[in-house]
Amino acid sequence: MIDVLIVGGGGAGLRAAVAVAETDPALKVAVVSKVYPMRSHTVSAEGGAAGVIAPGDTLDEHCYDTISGGDWLCDQDAVEAFVAEAPKELIQLEHWGCPWSRESDGRVAVRPFGGMKKMRTWYAADKTGFHLLHTLFQTTLKYQDIIRYDEWYVTKLLVDDGRVHGVVATEIRTGRIETIPARTVILATGGCGRVFPFTTNAAVKTGDGMALAYREGAPLKDMEFVQYHPTGLPFTGILITEAARAEGGWLINKDGYRYLQDYDLGKPTPTPRLRSMELGPRDRLSQAFVHEQRQGRTVDTPYGPVVYLDLRHLGEAKIDARIPFVRELCRSYQNLDPATDLIPVRPVVHYMMGGVHTDLHGATPIAGLYAAGETACVSINGANRLGSNSLPEILVFGRRAGIAAAAFAKEHREAEPPAVRSQGEDERRRLERAREGGRPRNGRGERIADLRERMQHTLEGAAGIYRTGDVLAKAVDTLAELRERAEEARMEDSSTAFNTELINLLELRSMLEIAQTIAACALNREESRGAHQRTDFSARDDAAFLAHSLVHRAPDGTPSVGLLPVTITRWPPGERVYGRD
Amino acid sequence: MTDTTQAVRQAAGTRTIRMEVARYRPGQDAEPVFQGYDVPLMSDWAVLDGLNHIKDQLDGSLSYRWSCRMGVCGSCGMTVNGEARLTCGTFLSEYGDGPVRVEPLKGFPIIRDLVVDIDGFLAKLSSVRPWLIREGEDLPLTAEYAQTPEQLEAYKQYSMCINCLLCYSACPVYVLDPDFLGPAAIALAQRYNLDSRDMGDRFDVLNQEDAVWGCTFVGECTKVCPKHVDPAEAIQRYKLTAALRSVLPWSRR
Repeated sequence: MIDVLIVGGGGAGLRAAVAVAETDPALKVAVVSKVYPMRSHTVSAEGGAAGVIAPGDTLDEHCYDTISGGDWLCDQDAVEAFVAEAPKELIQLEHWGCPWSRESDGRVAVRPFGGMKKMRTWYAADKTGFHLLHTLFQTTLKYQDIIRYDEWYVTKLLVDDGRVHGVVATEIRTGRIETIPARTVILATGGCGRVFPFTTNAAVKTGDGMALAYREGAPLKDMEFVQYHPTGLPFTGILITEAARAEGGWLINKDGYRYLQDYDLGKPTPTPRLRSMELGPRDRLSQAFVHEQRQGRTVDTPYGPVVYLDLRHLGEAKIDARIPFVRELCRSYQNLDPATDLIPVRPVVHYMMGGVHTDLHGATPIAGLYAAGETACVSINGANRLGSNSLPEILVFGRRAGIAAAAFAKEHREAEPPAVRSQGEDERRRLERAREGGRPRNGRGERIADLRERMQHTLEGAAGIYRTGDVLAKAVDTLAELRERAEEARMEDSSTAFNTELINLLELRSMLEIAQTIAACALNREESRGAHQRTDFSARDDAAFLAHSLVHRAPDGTPSVGLLPVTITRWPPGERVYGRD
Repeated sequence: MTDTTQAVRQAAGTRTIRMEVARYRPGQDAEPVFQGYDVPLMSDWAVLDGLNHIKDQLDGSLSYRWSCRMGVCGSCGMTVNGEARLTCGTFLSEYGDGPVRVEPLKGFPIIRDLVVDIDGFLAKLSSVRPWLIREGEDLPLTAEYAQTPEQLEAYKQYSMCINCLLCYSACPVYVLDPDFLGPAAIALAQRYNLDSRDMGDRFDVLNQEDAVWGCTFVGECTKVCPKHVDPAEAIQRYKLTAALRSVLPWSRR
């Protein structure tokens, strides 16, 4: 029997694993991941990780930036805990060997970032997530008792009488299906950017953990809050980090004009000003793009309208020193050199503020079930996450979930109930049937890729940067219908060894569940706040909606949305002010 | 990837390119065979986009690994027209009229189609103790260990390895001797050895016939590395360290 079973081997999952191992070496901890841990999407994070360390910065200022950045939808007790623990976690990573960029005297260096009033973003050039993940993964190798299930895909949580008892998972390499009993489970599977057609997210980001929890009755929270990052490369969706603007990059429209000055984000200055212009929050910058487009001031390309990110004035030396990966990505994937050329960019789906509803310790309403990182919604990100808050979030809450799960596992030593075995057997039969669909006699049904694309376009059309009620209502129905069609999807591969088609089908079914919750929550929230902008309800409405959306799966499979109050401690709701002071 | 199908529709009537993809299903195929597919020759498509087109529209049974498609997760290394490449960063247009021949990375057991077994590498990675080795009391979590930019520079390039394994696939020693510790694992050991915060030297693992002394300094590893790590240099440097340490046992690095 595993004491703590962690689903997902990215930053949150690995941090949780080490926390369990350090809490009590006698506990059995396992990490189940559908990819080798160092392939997890944490690897793609670029710009940095926020934590108060510089002289003149304070925890309260980091709190305020986060809360105002989140348009007052953050739970302020969670933000206070997060901000207080973030610096310790970043120092912990330093002690484990993370190659943070340094000042000349050897101290860790910090850089500006969007929506942050002080310089507090730690960075490892512009590959912060890569270094953080590899440092964490390599450090976990020191704990030889951590059991790894690499390239195993979890298909179901075993839940009986409101308590989790393990998972059913399939080993991708062999097709073997196993019930893995566990006293506690931590979901750390990342976000679900792949429900949209144009995203910075890796192929693995299919919302598996959110769907696993949701199917067993755990509610998801604030699913309508989807972050569009303002600067993605047009064809690939590859992210050009906010650090490019923090180092002094400008956003210009087709006339070469720094258009953000027209959107209440401050006046253009030659060098960056904190919480102003290009260093405004992501939701506001992506919204400004849409207005520029409507006014015909973007440039059309085969892959949609773009504006330009101008880094030319930074010069080659600074680009190579501070944002070398930006240059490498532009050269390899866009065939241009940012030292001499403009970079075409457009808003791209990047991050889910919402996720599995948890408390400050990662606990969900299902006993023994925890969630951390982008999979979870504590919530510290509210209606819009600030850049460089997500890396410290996976560390702080990965650790907290690990400690909480370890304590739960030590207190609950009873054997698993018999119902769990039969659930496991049912799940095995279901998976075998799904795979059998790949026998040659089958060849009917729609292609997985076609259904996926239909889902992605439905969601983008309805739950993009601007939304309206009637389109959302239609999307909820379309997605329900697609969910049924996905049950009959065509399978061409019935083999057991490394059957990625089966995994793609299961991922599609998870994504459809999640897509429906996004549309349903967006439909229910009749106001505009942060990343959720309704053209039919264009103002923030604190009287009715200073509250989290909480969505449960009804017995018939449809999402049922309610509201949960926001925790306010010291920062009463106010106006979000950028560039005006 | 944005709107694949839409892009393909827009390009209807454009040229196609032939992809010849190695197929192998354990228990079904005695050995790998090639299967041909025609995919649209889109100017900005990588080899990986071609594979995704096959998987999505032509043949759902093709298996391969991929994830970030921005050259940092290290999943999609394959052999393309004989060379070890990251398929997300290798473009179809490089191959003109085709065909483009895609095979699994050489030197590894094949699990299925383009998927190889890398568990041996994972074991090697663990064996070099790729974590910071410290002696004595750790600093409290209120202060970082000082490290100047110059000290960072001393190991930084070795920290850039994405574990894509192109270097193993290109290494003539590894392909003949799977026990050879190999370029990426040795470079990672050096990444920690040369880190000013590390107090180990990993001598017991590295000073072995199938570790640094197995390398014949062909340098293919460095040539194929998509991240400009120089494992060949890491290995040569450690040979010197190991030689010195054998003569002067108390010396470090």
